[in-house]
Amino acid sequence: MLELKINGGTYEVDPPVGQTLAETLRGDLGLTGTKVACGEGHCGACTVQLDGVPALSCITLVHTVGEREVTTIEGLRDHPLVDAFVRADALQCGFCTPGQIVSAAALVEAEPELTAERVRHAMAGNLCRCGAYPRIEEAILSWRD
Amino acid sequence: MARLIRTEKEVEGKYTEQWVVVEGEDEALDQWPQGPRAVVGTPARRQDGLQRARGEAEYTADLQLPGTLHAAVLRSPYAHARAKVDLTRARATGWVRGAIGPGDCHVLQEEPSFHGAPVAAVAADSLREARAGLELIDIEWEELEPLLDPEEAVKRESFVDDTRHYSRGDVEAAFAEADVVVEGEFRTQVVLHNALETHQAVCRWEGETLEVYISTQFIWGVRDSISSQLGLPPDRVRVVCNYMGGGFGAKNSPGDHTYIAIALASQTGHPVHCALTRREENLAAGNRNATSQRLRAGARSDGTLVALEGEYVNAIGWAGFNGPTYGPIEMLYACENVRTVTYGAKLNLPPNAAFRAPGFVEGTFGLECLLDELAGRLELDPLELRRRNYADKDLVDDRPFSSKNLLECYDRAEPHWARRDEVRARSEGPWQRGVGLASQIWYGGGGPPSYAWVRVGSDTRATVITAMQDIGTGTRTAMAQIAAEELGLPLERVRCELGDSARGPYASISAGSSTTPSMGPAVRAAAADAARQLLEIAAQRFHLEERVLSLRGGQIVSADGGSWPLEEITGLLEDAQILGKGARGPNPAGMRVLTFGIQVAEVAVDVETGEVVVERIAAIHDVGRVINPLGARSQVEGGIIQGIGHTLSEARLVDPVSGKVLTQTLDAYKLPTIADVPEIVTDLLDIPDEHLTNLGSKGLGEPPIVPTAAAIVNAIRDATGAEVHELPVSREAMLRALAEAREREKRGAPAAV
Repeated sequence: MLELKINGGTYEVDPPVGQTLAETLRGDLGLTGTKVACGEGHCGACTVQLDGVPALSCITLVHTVGEREVTTIEGLRDHPLVDAFVRADALQCGFCTPGQIVSAAALVEAEPELTAERVRHAMAGNLCRCGAYPRIEEAILSWRD
Repeated sequence: MARLIRTEKEVEGKYTEQWVVVEGEDEALDQWPQGPRAVVGTPARRQDGLQRARGEAEYTADLQLPGTLHAAVLRSPYAHARAKVDLTRARATGWVRGAIGPGDCHVLQEEPSFHGAPVAAVAADSLREARAGLELIDIEWEELEPLLDPEEAVKRESFVDDTRHYSRGDVEAAFAEADVVVEGEFRTQVVLHNALETHQAVCRWEGETLEVYISTQFIWGVRDSISSQLGLPPDRVRVVCNYMGGGFGAKNSPGDHTYIAIALASQTGHPVHCALTRREENLAAGNRNATSQRLRAGARSDGTLVALEGEYVNAIGWAGFNGPTYGPIEMLYACENVRTVTYGAKLNLPPNAAFRAPGFVEGTFGLECLLDELAGRLELDPLELRRRNYADKDLVDDRPFSSKNLLECYDRAEPHWARRDEVRARSEGPWQRGVGLASQIWYGGGGPPSYAWVRVGSDTRATVITAMQDIGTGTRTAMAQIAAEELGLPLERVRCELGDSARGPYASISAGSSTTPSMGPAVRAAAADAARQLLEIAAQRFHLEERVLSLRGGQIVSADGGSWPLEEITGLLEDAQILGKGARGPNPAGMRVLTFGIQVAEVAVDVETGEVVVERIAAIHDVGRVINPLGARSQVEGGIIQGIGHTLSEARLVDPVSGKVLTQTLDAYKLPTIADVPEIVTDLLDIPDEHLTNLGSKGLGEPPIVPTAAAIVNAIRDATGAEVHELPVSREAMLRALAEAREREKRGAPAAV
């Protein structure tokens, strides 16, 4: 049995050894806001925060999470970034969007005074095939408006 | 009255004749005047933006139907082989719940003909177990010689589709009389769609009905393909797609994975989810095929094009279609003498699939780069060269255009083009800067059949209902805007429900830039039908003649100056509802409906390392009336960014001996990131096509990707003098082209033959 701290709550799960955090979140707990798009840690769609630090849940083994607090998009639904993304039209198909917002939420928390250059560097690990990038940049730079 | 009419339908340049039933008011409605209106033409947030952003939208990937089994597919590790499949050991376990091989499902192949071809599949309670189950399938492989070289395929006449020949005028005579002839060989690479939601479907039997939940661009096409493959009445197949994570042309048909899921659902009696992994996606889910293009252009010294010739080889793969790479050379310019031949090489490589303006992206690259080389030879301004060869009618079928404002696009490109002296002057050290441009032509007129319903209730809210799909283009929002405009309601009172063949009428494919031009007019007609009924009721309520009443700004307005809030009428409805119906009418007979545009790119090239950075792109497109400027801008930016990937970084690599695909993962296959994006300036003309439907709107999904590669490569030429003839422009390719340019300069030879 594992005890996971997720979005302020505590969950008991019994995953097989080798199961990823993404599989646990989506399959066992029904937290399907976290998307899996490549399964190999290359695209960022599965990004969650572990103690506020972005982590790729598709290549994080669930047994390695330990005491760390897991924050998923479900825990960030009321974050001002969500509205900023919709306002700026920073999403098209939306499949990468939860991961973008989870990454961006960690970024704006760590660095309240952001520049475009900094956003482009910090967000380069979250791929968006629809190419919403210019609006993602705009949303993150204007998240407090 | 319902009318049955015979009409021409075009999807991505393929024309067919078909019967359509038209009922409703599409043609009876006058277009709205040009310019932004209360709702249409005014920026609107995506209606489903919050659900998508908050992770609440349920994609096919997120479905968890009770009792679902997960499928894993055994794919050929060889480009060509024979497979003797033995499922005995897999079936003998208790935990492999279903196992199928060739003979159990028509997509499973005994003689797999490309790396990644499906051979067998299993279903189990978890994906992990399903993958373990694959290990228990015994296969005797006999490796066969693969055919991998497109030129060799042409020699052996190994083709997908017939070779296409086209000619008009007298090409040889025209070349003989030309003052200048330029020629060149251009090559484009294979690129992979890589929608972030991979191809997937969940299939289950509900009694005699097959339910297919699928990430698709065409709900009704999936329904029809499955019903005909399985011999089921079409209404026994229900297709559902509420949200989907991108397609870009690769999700127009059911795909192998859906048939595998159906076969396993039939065998096990459980719902079965079959989802491709990213690696499978990059093997077997379609691609933009590679091309080689031998091009020749002849002109008079004043720049008038007198002859164009193109020999195209589409390296298609094992199956797919011989796409219209020839389109731009035949359609873009007013040239009387044109000849093309287009081969579709059948190879032991994964099949192609439509990818955002298939053929035209590739063909525009070759043509528009060659045109700049011609401009260089003639010492003519490239923009002026394009103006001088402006086509004011379609020369392929000798038809007028329904509308064409490309000259206006050229005019609006001037200020961007005029930056080139200043841009070049910013070159410093190894970084050389330049500006290039390229024109765009593509389809995008849409067509019938497409239907919509609009429901208005006593709460004075309206719902658009149609069984279409929103692939991420903002369709829900655009359709709601059109209905809101027609009904005179604020947008927040109108929703669009879509995504289920059992819960709405037939709707268009979301491909070929056809969604808005196909669906929008049907939605407007349905809203008008609902509005007419509201006025009929108001006339009875207020004892007025219906013809003196109209709907405006949420009010029922009478010609004599009286007005009543719409609520006064809808409030009478209680549980009753107004139901409006609308159909898409035919396209204007005898006309060619096309989209046009131009892009101007600014680049910086490091001539020591070969690094290319795109710094700015201005995109000016003529796509008729714009419904949602916010969503439209996003589509333009997205198309350009995919175009930048196509131009600079993306390439599927194949081992030339074995035919194995080497770039299956997103570390090896390089998609653009946020750090690769230049400044993008979007300028949409927003001039309604007066001949096209009650809206005058064309499609926008594809035009923005069409000219991007050519504009960038022309800018590279402007910056460095290097003539790049192949994509992607890797550093290696860039350095090679720079070395060739230095050689040419040393020899003092002209830039082209």
